[in-house]
Amino acid sequence: MKHPTRMASAVALGASIALLAAACSGGSDEGSTGEASEGADVTLTWWHNSNNEPGRGFYEQAAADYEADHPGVTIEIQALQHEDMLTKLDAAFQTGDTPDVYMERGGGELADHVEAELTMDLTDVAADAVETVGGSVAGWQVDGRTYALPFSVGVVGFWYNTELFEQAGITEAPTTMDEFDDAVSALRDAGIAPVSVGAGDLWPAAHFWYYFAVRQCAQDVLSEAVTSLDFSDECFLRAGEDLEHLIGTEPFNEGFLATPAQSGPTSASALLATGQVAMELAGHWEPGVMQGLTEDQLGLGENTGWFPFPQVDGGEGDPAATLGGGDAWACSADAPPECVDFISYLLSDDVQIGFAENSMGLPTNQAASGSVADPALADLLTVRDSAPYVQLYLDTAFGENVGGAMNDAIGLMFAGDASPQDIVDAIQSAAGTA
Amino acid sequence: MTAVTDHGPAADRARARSAAARGPGSRRRLRTPWRTRLEILFFVTPALVLFAVFLVVPVVQAGRYSLYDWNGLGPMDDFVGLANYASALGNEVFRGAVGHNLTIVVLSILIQLPLGLGIALLLNREIRGRTALRVIIFVPYVLAEVVASVVWFMLLQPNGAIDALLESIGLGGVVQLWLGDPDVALYTVMVVLTWKYLGLAVILMLAGLQGVPEELYEAAQIDGASWWQVQRRIAVPLLSPTIRTWVFLSMIGSLQQFDMVWILTAGGPANSTTTMATYLISQGTDRSLYGYASAVAVLLFGISFVLAALYQTFVLRPRSERRPETEVGR
Repeated sequence: MKHPTRMASAVALGASIALLAAACSGGSDEGSTGEASEGADVTLTWWHNSNNEPGRGFYEQAAADYEADHPGVTIEIQALQHEDMLTKLDAAFQTGDTPDVYMERGGGELADHVEAELTMDLTDVAADAVETVGGSVAGWQVDGRTYALPFSVGVVGFWYNTELFEQAGITEAPTTMDEFDDAVSALRDAGIAPVSVGAGDLWPAAHFWYYFAVRQCAQDVLSEAVTSLDFSDECFLRAGEDLEHLIGTEPFNEGFLATPAQSGPTSASALLATGQVAMELAGHWEPGVMQGLTEDQLGLGENTGWFPFPQVDGGEGDPAATLGGGDAWACSADAPPECVDFISYLLSDDVQIGFAENSMGLPTNQAASGSVADPALADLLTVRDSAPYVQLYLDTAFGENVGGAMNDAIGLMFAGDASPQDIVDAIQSAAGTA
Repeated sequence: MTAVTDHGPAADRARARSAAARGPGSRRRLRTPWRTRLEILFFVTPALVLFAVFLVVPVVQAGRYSLYDWNGLGPMDDFVGLANYASALGNEVFRGAVGHNLTIVVLSILIQLPLGLGIALLLNREIRGRTALRVIIFVPYVLAEVVASVVWFMLLQPNGAIDALLESIGLGGVVQLWLGDPDVALYTVMVVLTWKYLGLAVILMLAGLQGVPEELYEAAQIDGASWWQVQRRIAVPLLSPTIRTWVFLSMIGSLQQFDMVWILTAGGPANSTTTMATYLISQGTDRSLYGYASAVAVLLFGISFVLAALYQTFVLRPRSERRPETEVGR
């Protein structure tokens, strides 16, 4: 009588623990493929964020073509929504279960990955591909070594509604801050909200400060500061003063402190896309974002205009210098050697031309420059390629910690709670404790 | 052990009792605890394992992380002692967040207690459409917090539905940048929180009112007490255990407030609505300061724990001590 009961209890107990254990450890056996890969079959895992057509299908085709040319290599694609991909990547880096091929945004984030030995050094193994990409690769180098191959690098500037500019009687896009101020008052006089900014997400607001820094500071001062995090040069204070002046002219949409950047019908991009404001400072992604936010999928359509960030008085920066950034393919540190060959293939003429033809970004391979289908992107490509240098978004360049502290301080300036000196102090103090 | 045996299945008890009556029950007793122990183990193990894996281990881990400067990548080898705690306590934004949490705690109680009590007393009467009214008041609480927040976020946009509504009833003058003005945002959040959680207060107090015996009302009415006197002298005093429990729940919820704030304002504008929870998430996942964010988490845990313990000692305990009185009163 006694034994069966005990047995039953014990079995049930064991079963419940086993179930729990199984629930906790579910699905951890992936990704252990292809470490010893000499001649044997290799599987490469690849995460990217082109989860919509045409990008998704284009990459599937590219992978299929590669598999056909390289028997024994299988490519497992996961096309993820951008934010989801970043979250998943963060978790993957912490657990060490990284995909073989993944996207790097460069700067301080990459430096952290390199320091933790999570990313493969491509300097020697992919020397040819590094050469193809040219100067764009600078944002993905740490201590002179290259860790990723940028496949799209874009620039930030003002996207504007040509029709609203016309209504306000503005015939030429402003080229200096004085002209910009005039345009702002002309728009306001015409009853049009001049500029939208997604200050709720901080980084769109921070882009203004970055650009003022690019305009105020000489290239060597800026590039020196990005590595040393020493912001004692007076040009950084002047950048803050310029921004303070701009905020003082009240050019922004109503309630901009709480406006999201790109998500939903009340975001800064949607305000521009639906003709509620005349312009917005944003990157090369803007036309695509606006298309997604309008019912007819056209965004501003024919009324889309673009002008570079205006020059400032007494600025030491090159007026043609741009702020920008992009995405690069990287291999995780323990990826099989085939990974290097595959990402070099992704930067090849064929793939980059297809990338350009599908308007998926601004290709870095010169061979694809002429193939960009979207006229707005094609114009941007010209701007980028004629710029003396493209400064990587400062928050990306500094990494999440220092970059985040900087964006917070700039956000406070937009709310009227921080001085030019406060921004510099915030960067320095975060850098000191990092 | 005996106490546990008492709670065993009725059949067992009966058998044990008859065995004891027969005399040689000692062997029987030895065996029963074994079975009972196994049973307890069986029922408790899953809960204990879950408790350990998802509560004890993370809490201990957070305590450990909080002593390191760690960005979540690679080995955790930069031991900094209590430096993370020092910089959190010295950080203006964190101190502001603690202040916002305490504001939410106090305002929640000050606003929701009288409102909830009043509505519960009214809904406790025989009025037409009572069930419908109860449902209407309880619906916001049932709605997922995220869903409710997204809806309110849209309503509160500049020139959004709320502004239009206010203008249409001639209150255009009170229109504010509800979420965009640092001086207003926290109070906007408070209004939405009240809308969301008032239902819980009402339902709890209605439930408490069900426990007030009908005879007391009748007796009071016979003595000539007015409706108001009945509520004040009978219903509210007998409701006080419920009220104390609700205050406790409300306090803990306010201290841990995250979802609503995160979606409505993400702690902004200009950090005017940060709570400890939104602060720790933004420092941890957005800035990759996992050590520092863990220190903030431990502080949040500590503050909640201390407040809960104080409340337990000074407010909830006297209730149990006073209980006999109430019992006599009944």
